[in-house]
Amino acid sequence: MGKIFRFEKDVDTDQIIASQYLLFPTIDEMKTHTFESLNDTFAAEVKPGDFVVADENFGCGSSREQAASVLKALGVKAVIAKSFARIFYRNSINIGMPVIVSKELHDVVADGDEMELDLKQGIITANGKTYSCTKLPAQMQKILDQGGLIASLNKED
Amino acid sequence: MGHTLIEKVFGRKVGREVKPGDIITVDVDWCMIDDIMAPFAISKFEEMGFSKVWDPNKVVLIYDHFVPATQVDDSRHFRVADAFAEKYGVKNVHRTDGICHQLMTEAGYVKPGDIAFGTDSHTVTYGCVGAFSTGIGYTEMAGILGTGQLWVKVPESIKVVVDGTLPKNVTSKDVILRVIGDLTASGATYQSLEFSGSCIENMSVASRMTMSNMAVEAGAKCGIFVPDQKTCDYCNIDYSDEIKELYPDEDAVYSRVLHYQAEDLVPVMACPSLVDNIKPVSEIKGTKVDEVFLGSCTNGRLEDLQLAAKILKGKHVAPYLKFIVTPASRKIYLEALRDGTLEILSDAGAIITTPGCGLCCGRAGGILSDHEVVVATNNRNFLGRMGTSKVQIYLASPASAAATAIAGEITEAPLDLF
Repeated sequence: MGKIFRFEKDVDTDQIIASQYLLFPTIDEMKTHTFESLNDTFAAEVKPGDFVVADENFGCGSSREQAASVLKALGVKAVIAKSFARIFYRNSINIGMPVIVSKELHDVVADGDEMELDLKQGIITANGKTYSCTKLPAQMQKILDQGGLIASLNKED
Repeated sequence: MGHTLIEKVFGRKVGREVKPGDIITVDVDWCMIDDIMAPFAISKFEEMGFSKVWDPNKVVLIYDHFVPATQVDDSRHFRVADAFAEKYGVKNVHRTDGICHQLMTEAGYVKPGDIAFGTDSHTVTYGCVGAFSTGIGYTEMAGILGTGQLWVKVPESIKVVVDGTLPKNVTSKDVILRVIGDLTASGATYQSLEFSGSCIENMSVASRMTMSNMAVEAGAKCGIFVPDQKTCDYCNIDYSDEIKELYPDEDAVYSRVLHYQAEDLVPVMACPSLVDNIKPVSEIKGTKVDEVFLGSCTNGRLEDLQLAAKILKGKHVAPYLKFIVTPASRKIYLEALRDGTLEILSDAGAIITTPGCGLCCGRAGGILSDHEVVVATNNRNFLGRMGTSKVQIYLASPASAAATAIAGEITEAPLDLF
């Protein structure tokens, strides 16, 4: 079980990690500023295995891969949203962080609720109920299964 | 069944018909890496264990977000990228020439029908010349540097038709803001925006660039225009039979069609703090403004500076107001210098800064603080983008920005000025 951190629609990449922190040489130095403008206690409270749940268009805006990387570095197990901005979506798969589309979950959970995710079966369990989530296209599932693009390219060599 | 423009661009590249939803692997014509992302892309490239860049002539490194450096660590990015260019034989390096998205077409790289990827979301800009281009993360860029290929899903298309003649105080910026307002910030996610209609045909390539640049603000994968004689003149190439084949079929299938009559359009602004929070300028008129920014890859071109100069000639910006002008490239800077545009703007009280991303990405030249209001011609008004998260950012056309600079409060350019 992991705790849910719930966000609304159109969360942009500047809100996930602001431009001024992109200069930090490592993701570990950036990650303490994750979601700073929306929830300044997120980075301190989130624990490995927790989840981010959002409304439509999560990760819109810039192409900064750091937005996906800081979430992964903080141990976020998956981001579940009604829809994702395309660059954020691809970046997440490429670094090996699951991004899952669920049209229902955001509307039925509260911030702080707990949930479980069975990625293989495509099933989410929260508050005693189960929800099915969409599966990835084969091309992306393969990259994710292999642990991201770097691992995937290395395997093909 | 006919094909949309983007289906034709991809179909030509892979040598067979493609349809939306197909996942194809494409050979990349150009990849652009900017200074912010260069060290990250380079370190991933090395982590992947590649010993050479697939084709150094197709790689373009552009330093723009940090030029000139404003923080002590900025120059590390230049050093890392310079060392990479030296080691792998990358010759296309622009260190102080302007903003990446301006240079990728202006300096002669991307042409109609090309496929380009960049480490910045506004890479969609090159759709202005009928190319497919989009933003990617640095790990994917590292993969392209090594392999020269990337997989893409062929997108569905939304057709945006604009017919007629725009009122004189309405620019292509107002058109694209209106389109984003109607589509919403996620309304074109994963899709291609295809622009057409008599108003679009009559637009300059520079005006089209403003629109393709902002396609990503509606979530689009690309924003593309049919290449025509004007496009080829801009790209310095012949309007060849091959290029003439790049147009959508009459029976192409679209997920959605939006139609606008240009005469009905009015000056609008994207209000804080969402790009799709679009209001007519008449509704927000009178809002006090601390700063006006004219520049960026959206609206820092010669025609934008000239339009502002026309409005500001012989006038002065309001007391206390800071008016920041940043040409998108050195070429534009020089053209505006030689034709007297910069003199008019400077006389009117403008602070003219060096070409680059500057204020748009919140790094330099005019950063704002809590509760200040800025009217800006760039593409994003996200919370905290141009200073603190309590700054109010309104996105506007160069005409509305110039008129606002004179008034000191939000206003549209009066029609009798032209």
